[in-house]
Amino acid sequence: MKNGSLIFGALLSVLVIIAAGVSFLWVPFDITQLSIPDKLQTPNKIHWLGTDHFGRDILSMIMIGARTSLAVALLAVGIGFSIGVPLGLAAAARKNSLIDEVIMRTNDLIFAFPSLVIAILITALFGAGAMNAIIAIGIFNIPVFARVSRGAALSLWQKEFILAARVSGKSDFLISAEHILPNIANLLIVQGTIQFSLGILAEAGLSYVGLGTQPPIPSWGRMLADAQTMVSFAPHLAIIPGTAIIVTVLGLNLMGDGLRDILDPRVRKSRE
Amino acid sequence: MFQPTKLIAAGALAVFASAGIGLSAQSDITVAMQLEPPHLDPTSAAAGAIDSVLYSNVFEGLTRFASDGSVTAGLAESWDISGDGTVYTFKLRSGVKFHDGTSMDANDVKFSLDRARAEDSTNAQKALFSGITDVSVVDNSTVKISLDKPNGSFLFNMAWGDAVIVAPESIDGIKNKPIGTGAFTFQNWVQGDRIELSRNSDYWGDKPALENVTFKFISDPTAAFAAVMAQDVDVFTSFPAPENLPQFEADPRFQVLEGSTEGETILSTNNKMPPLDNVKVRKAIAHAIDRQAIIDGAMFGYGTPIGTHFAPHNPDYVDLTGNSNYDPELSKKLLAEAGFSEGFTTTLKLPPPSYARRGGEIIASQLRAVGIETEISNLEWAQWLEQVFRGKDYGLTIVSHTEPMDIGIYARPDYYFQYDNPEFQSLMTELNGTTEPGKRSSMLQKAQRMISNDYVNGYLFELAYTTVANSKVRGLWKNAPTQATDLTGVSWAD
Repeated sequence: MKNGSLIFGALLSVLVIIAAGVSFLWVPFDITQLSIPDKLQTPNKIHWLGTDHFGRDILSMIMIGARTSLAVALLAVGIGFSIGVPLGLAAAARKNSLIDEVIMRTNDLIFAFPSLVIAILITALFGAGAMNAIIAIGIFNIPVFARVSRGAALSLWQKEFILAARVSGKSDFLISAEHILPNIANLLIVQGTIQFSLGILAEAGLSYVGLGTQPPIPSWGRMLADAQTMVSFAPHLAIIPGTAIIVTVLGLNLMGDGLRDILDPRVRKSRE
Repeated sequence: MFQPTKLIAAGALAVFASAGIGLSAQSDITVAMQLEPPHLDPTSAAAGAIDSVLYSNVFEGLTRFASDGSVTAGLAESWDISGDGTVYTFKLRSGVKFHDGTSMDANDVKFSLDRARAEDSTNAQKALFSGITDVSVVDNSTVKISLDKPNGSFLFNMAWGDAVIVAPESIDGIKNKPIGTGAFTFQNWVQGDRIELSRNSDYWGDKPALENVTFKFISDPTAAFAAVMAQDVDVFTSFPAPENLPQFEADPRFQVLEGSTEGETILSTNNKMPPLDNVKVRKAIAHAIDRQAIIDGAMFGYGTPIGTHFAPHNPDYVDLTGNSNYDPELSKKLLAEAGFSEGFTTTLKLPPPSYARRGGEIIASQLRAVGIETEISNLEWAQWLEQVFRGKDYGLTIVSHTEPMDIGIYARPDYYFQYDNPEFQSLMTELNGTTEPGKRSSMLQKAQRMISNDYVNGYLFELAYTTVANSKVRGLWKNAPTQATDLTGVSWAD
């Protein structure tokens, strides 16, 4: 089936989104109340996924953790998108000008650092926490969106309909907003999906090293870190959040691939 | 083609090989611990990790702590105390040599003590020497120490790792090449990895059974677990992950020693920060805390509940846990009386050890149940020292105070929890001038009650000292009366 990966990926993603959504209204157990006597239970009828070292229900933790992951990744991609895309469009509109050079070389500079290192730098400077994690992940999303939109916009600027718009006296800003942006939206959606899954991985990574979401708010990455010394006698503590991360990232990636097959004109053309 | 003879030969070789390893292991030991010393001079830094490696093994003092915490003779074989209790005359052991071959005599003692109490001394425990007015050399093996007033804990003070005897000849290089009088000589330090010691053949006392000692530093709890399981290390002191101990206990290859430390683990409270400056609020916090849940949840059952800042194994300890029993209803009532029926928000800053990080989450949940919200932030040690210990910028924190007999810190109003009670301060001054054991003990008990009734801090539990070792290792200290890993009496069973 042509769109198998899209459907499968979308199903996984929707599952995670539903889990996160439901957690706003209902979770099986209140995780703010610790219950030490119930600690380290393996999955059973009452606690479907068992309990952690504080006796908290792991299913509830995973559901609220999904919320944390999605929220952090969404905001971070939002930052990258809303700053990166205008920068990329501006650079494309003024190709080879000083603005283009400044924007793209700054992007190269940020891009040259491994993303997690930037994130660690930012959280180390400004303190650990969900907000700083969002900013950190957001910052390394900026060059990604800037590059994608500049590259795609450059080829559009050569097209006749843009030339027509220029001849009719439209400003570069309006051309970018009204003609270029809608034509590269497909590409940006695909890129956004992939960045979103990377954002979830980054949040988990930051929380794992203790720089992301702070307790008591559950985070998949911190659940993994907490489980580390207990893997030998309570492996479910690590397997469950690990699986949650895999499912989400896999789902988003498959969905991104599937969307690209449908939306990206370059891929579509080569298939036809 | 099958060749039985070759197989037998190979088998025999394997037997010999393993026997060979077994034999060489008889006199060598690898001891692991979490923290690496910043340098190797116990007389100029507070870092307990220095003493954990060097105390008694490399450096010795006039007196010393035995494994049960009692004070016994060290480099001084005997002493006389003048009738008024202000002059101590120490008779030194003869034939004691430093590891560089020079002999240890009265001049070295004078040098060490004068250096420690000097104006520009960097000794971390200068208070231990503050009462000394004069150190004089009577002859090569006799030292006379004069005090400004009688001091009941002077012999105890001289047993600390900060009061060990060093030589003027070797003091310049002491931070990288420590030269002491102990049963082991320093060999090598590979920073970030290990410190190696070897047997001192000129040792004045009983020769140790071990020949070579390697201290390894493994900070990560997961790596610690793996190192013990793989038997890369023979002993791990203060094992950092209590959750793994039951597994070691069940494994015949290992033994787990559970002893006591001098570590009072407390919910340190900033007594100057509103609303925590209100004793009713602090009392409410104390009653909101379920100690057993913290011991079970954070320490997996290892630890003894305490109700004041004193070690439960000390004969003068008073059990005051009932003074702050778990009673959330009372806690809510007290908060309402203090004008905080809606609760309040404060900060909870946690250093890295698992007792603090996990204990912090449990306490946050318990406080939330009575209406107190805490903003948790996890700090590295350097940040914790900067913000909390020096900067006093915190509401609550969790830390273990591991110095022995450290109730005196409550007499220091500038100490980070900022408890300022003149009555307590005069009691401590009085205590320091009292030598009679009976009086001292009732004063110590009074002091314990005073801080418990003022709810200065939340008193949680006495840290357990848990050592994991190869089941054949004998003679390890079960308890930690001071920070030390005394290997002089350690040996391998056959």
